Amino acid sequence: MKKTVIDFLLLENKQLNKDNFLLVLQSPIPVSDIFPGQFINVEIKEATEIFLRRPFSILDVDYEKQTISLLVKILGRGSRKLTEAHEGQKISAIFPLGKSFTLPDKNDQILLIGGGSGVAPMLFLSKICGLNPTNVTVLIGARSSSDHIDVSAYQSYGNFLFTTEDGSLGEKGYVTNHQVFTDKLTQFNKIYTCGPDLMMKSIGRTAIEKNIFCEVSLENMMACGFGVCLCCVEDTKAGHKCVCTDGPVFNVNDLKW
Amino acid sequence: MVDLGIKIHNLDFKNPVLTASGTCGFGEEIADFFDLSLLGGIVVKGTTLKHREGNAYPRMAETPSGMLNAVGLQNKGVDNFINNIYPRIKDLNTHLIVNVNGSTIEDYVALTERLNELDKIPAIELNISCPNVKEGGMAFGISCPSAEAVVKAVRKVYSKTLIVKLSPNVTSIAEIAKAVEGQGADSVSLINTMLGMAVNAETRKPVLSTITGGLSGPAIKPIALRMVWQVYNAVKIPVIGMGGIMNATDAIEFMIAGASAIQVGTALFIDPTIPVQIIDGLSQYMERHKIQSVNELIGSLQC
Repeated sequence: MKKTVIDFLLLENKQLNKDNFLLVLQSPIPVSDIFPGQFINVEIKEATEIFLRRPFSILDVDYEKQTISLLVKILGRGSRKLTEAHEGQKISAIFPLGKSFTLPDKNDQILLIGGGSGVAPMLFLSKICGLNPTNVTVLIGARSSSDHIDVSAYQSYGNFLFTTEDGSLGEKGYVTNHQVFTDKLTQFNKIYTCGPDLMMKSIGRTAIEKNIFCEVSLENMMACGFGVCLCCVEDTKAGHKCVCTDGPVFNVNDLKW
Repeated sequence: MVDLGIKIHNLDFKNPVLTASGTCGFGEEIADFFDLSLLGGIVVKGTTLKHREGNAYPRMAETPSGMLNAVGLQNKGVDNFINNIYPRIKDLNTHLIVNVNGSTIEDYVALTERLNELDKIPAIELNISCPNVKEGGMAFGISCPSAEAVVKAVRKVYSKTLIVKLSPNVTSIAEIAKAVEGQGADSVSLINTMLGMAVNAETRKPVLSTITGGLSGPAIKPIALRMVWQVYNAVKIPVIGMGGIMNATDAIEFMIAGASAIQVGTALFIDPTIPVQIIDGLSQYMERHKIQSVNELIGSLQC
């Protein structure tokens, strides 16, 4: 679908845990062809200190109901303000933006790794792959069990594994300490990841080393989201590329990691 | 029906609403959002003779009611523009104006000569006010002799409409405007961004890779309005106003202060349909105030 400035209706705003909220937005116009990795740039109303829109990955889409779901993690003033929005409120957003992950083939052995707010596109991708069906392993990392969101709705799409820094759920440590990553990585022929920069860099470098296809979704700060401000550039092997339009998904081999 | 048409030099514009350089790419990037032929004009991304990678990331900082940028004229150079972009956009049915940049006077002249060949580029905006490049850019625009020298050199090789984009980072913008008018500029556009900076208190580091950057958005609107008014009163050539215009009321204020046309810049990042909203809002305002021609608004400030 064409990039559009849409006045969405906030249907649902549900707190999932301390910092994570699920927002369901309904579009007044039909929604079509939305893929994991794409994002939306949301206006934060009634906050004079917040001038720019805030980008969020798409968690899910329902074409029939014309809704999209977002996982909003409170990271700063903008995301906090958005989680305070009331159901029934209009929310302006520019949608859809960015390029998606390369969708896997049927026989691919896939590892999806999500951390922090980067869990959203990984869950969306697990659903798309799981419906295919493809062999999907999903590895999700968080600080503690209370920071993990409930993924039971997605568990039929793949094999879900968890890490926590305090060991309260799954294996203790970072996602890169999990045995599926340390011992079994070569079982996979495609790795997709979204999360904190350091996490993605660590995963990306390992994938390059082991010669495994790997795509990452970057979160560089942006103003517009549609390729005109040139602020969100990533210094790639082919020069500065806009994360918003050339990405946010990049193959690690194209980056200077 | 109200008449929105205005004239800059010998160029007729269907309305006074243009999009500002560096905020709308080459027009194509915002074509999904509305019919570009509705615009009075599009000032395309700052172009240089050779490819420029621009400054390192991070290049942007959000500020109260605005933002800082330090993009540094990232563009693929004039050959790429002429060969790849111009053929795609030349028939957009709105005035296409190229924003021209250089590190030396020779650069400005060589670039202008190339653009002079293009039939569907009826005007250039000579950028002597970019604050984000190490050489040239704003250096030319902050003193009368250097501004005069570059405009004089470009005027010699360019017969079409020559707009000069002025920097607000000067003691007297009216003096600079008079200087470039004296060398044959057909119009001045103002203001470019104001030099600013942002600091991260936690890390004690600058937010921008270049330490300083250009401030834009509603935060600079009162300064831009003041400068448009001062320049309008100092020169005879038409003034194109910009700086924090977010809606039709802002645009009207600029015209009352003396702008013959306005440019929408940073607002496009928030909502790329704002220029169309401004055109509609301007018509409604004129109907409400029984103004037949938008020209009646220009410089109509009642002191």
